[in-house]
Amino acid sequence: MKIKLSQILAHIVLILGVLLMVIPIWLSFASSTHDTVTILKEGMKFGLGDQLTRNYNEVLNEKGGWSEEVTAAKMFINSFIMALGIATLKVIISAMSAYALVYFRFKLAVPIFWLIFITLLVPLEVRIFPSYKIVSDLGLTNSYTGLVLPLVASATATFFFRQFYKTIPDELLESAKLDGANSWRFFIDFLVPLSKTMIAAMFIFMFVYGYSQYLWPLIMTTSEEYWTVVMGMKIIFTESYEGVALPRTAERFAYIILSMIPPVLVVVFLQKWFIKGLIQTEK
Amino acid sequence: MSFLELNKVTKIYPNGTKAVHETSMNVENGEFMVFVGPSGCGKSTLLRMIAGLEDITEGNINLDGILINKVDPSERDVAMVFQNYALYPHMNVYNNLAYGLKNRGISKEDIEKKVNEAAKLLQISEYLQRKPSMLSGGQRQRVAMGRAIVRSPKIFLFDEPLSNLDAKLRIQMRLEIKKLQQKVGVTSIFVTHDQVEAMTLADRLAVINNGLIEQLGTPIEIYNNPKSMFVAGFIGSPQMNFLEGELKNKTLTSEGFEINNVTSDFNGPVILGIRPEHMSQTDKGLINLSVDLVEQLGSDNLIYGEIKNKKDFCFRCSGSQIIKKGSKLSLNINDNNYYVFDKSNGNRVN
Ligand SMILES: Nc1ncnc2c1ncn2[C@@H]1O[C@H](COP(=O)(O)OP(=O)(O)OP(=O)(O)O)[C@@H](O)[C@H]1O
Ligand SMILES: [Mg+2]
Repeated sequence: MKIKLSQILAHIVLILGVLLMVIPIWLSFASSTHDTVTILKEGMKFGLGDQLTRNYNEVLNEKGGWSEEVTAAKMFINSFIMALGIATLKVIISAMSAYALVYFRFKLAVPIFWLIFITLLVPLEVRIFPSYKIVSDLGLTNSYTGLVLPLVASATATFFFRQFYKTIPDELLESAKLDGANSWRFFIDFLVPLSKTMIAAMFIFMFVYGYSQYLWPLIMTTSEEYWTVVMGMKIIFTESYEGVALPRTAERFAYIILSMIPPVLVVVFLQKWFIKGLIQTEK
Repeated sequence: MSFLELNKVTKIYPNGTKAVHETSMNVENGEFMVFVGPSGCGKSTLLRMIAGLEDITEGNINLDGILINKVDPSERDVAMVFQNYALYPHMNVYNNLAYGLKNRGISKEDIEKKVNEAAKLLQISEYLQRKPSMLSGGQRQRVAMGRAIVRSPKIFLFDEPLSNLDAKLRIQMRLEIKKLQQKVGVTSIFVTHDQVEAMTLADRLAVINNGLIEQLGTPIEIYNNPKSMFVAGFIGSPQMNFLEGELKNKTLTSEGFEINNVTSDFNGPVILGIRPEHMSQTDKGLINLSVDLVEQLGSDNLIYGEIKNKKDFCFRCSGSQIIKKGSKLSLNINDNNYYVFDKSNGNRVN
């Protein structure tokens, strides 16, 4: 068997890429199995230590915050709910608005599309005060609804769905119509199954987006009950050591590793569809 | 009252294109009607108006005694076979056939029965579990037909369904469509730009040009008695020969010969049309052809040559005859089988 030089090169590049992705994760994991003092003294570790169970126990059961009541587990759940809500609603709303824009040829479809599109220029961070005002006027601070709702409109996903729907031949719609399908049935029986890979891909992107929100939950929540993972990372796990507040580095690494689990689970769960969505469209 | 009635139907697209002009016609129950015409003449537009996929700008369409101008396509009970089949890519063949029945709220057992029947009729029973992407062109074609048949609609509409198939399969499917239609007996309209397809399939034929029906009739009527130069040139293969000439007092002068006693009172410049198959060789014939090219089809020979100022004049003779390039033929027109058209507007005058 002859192996071509270009193949070897390609593999080297791929391996380098994989290493680039994996090494930081491994470093964090290895470091999370040592105790804080070792890491503070000697820096991050490549080898495993003996503190694995202690550190992870600590992180999962430690009660933090001012009330000493919020746990890391609770924050994971909060973030998970928030991300799930954002991703689900974003996908549904985007798919449906794209459907309206592409298939209902009303006069304002194009201007409305551009209006949706330019909201890309005003991300939540830019409109955070008006958003906060509205949400607090609605009495939605410290609630999951308040965490999710302002983030569910998505120009990006609408755009991708619109582009995808445009590639679906008109004859399919016409043929479905003659087969007695109304607009709702066409959406459910045709567009949803045809775009399922797209839906999976969008869902993953949007989940990660929701999961890594920092500023919005920070402003939105005063009750620790609604703290999210990214906030928690900063707020808990400091410790006073010889009179100085020191970060509990080892536990933080454990926390980071744990916080990766929900998005990884989502990816693994949707992987089959997702990969397909990236490399092919089923048409 | 006819099964399908078109009454002064006109289509003007939003961009101003007038695709169909005040077209009126009737299609009888069980009839196989073919729309034939060159590309862009408005065949598809007319068909799509019957299906309800295009709005009707003016005029009325009645189907089975009901005015359907404003009836939604999903409620017209028509089935259409598209050029690219438009099969549902995410459903297997069974569900492709069953989908229209499901939407009509038919029970599961009945659906299964009907789908299996249709599948058997079209010989696609073994593929019922496959997705359309796993079928050959011909099989897809059958599935598309099956999807139309399974619903037993009031009318079948076909928009050039054979044009994606290779020549051999096309002839085979053409035959099958005709047989199937005779068996099922559903009124059908078939759109094509292929005149052979049109001739072989049609009970009646509508030759369309520029959004107008130029002639309506049985294939043989149209072949024997074309009303205009356009129809004469479009129907028949190889194409009719057209020669310039002058008609005066029932005598036609053209390209070095004369025809007397023409049955027409027209005087002035005309076009003389002669079909390649309507001539035969004689000793002292009317037309002198010097042969440039011989196409041997086996059963027939197509001889192309020059008569005076006219190039590429075609003559068709039996394949057993051996004719060489460069030879001179003397031809007569059989049984006065020639056509005379007014040069100014193309209308038949004899
Ligand atoms: N959506 C449209 N908007 C504007 N003009 C159109 C539209 N669809 C078709 N036309 C025009 O209407 C005329 C008739 O089109 P049609 O599709 O009916 O032709 P056709 O006879 O089916 O031709 P072909 O054999 O190529 O399919 C053409 O001149 C075409 O350019
Ligand atoms: Mg067409």
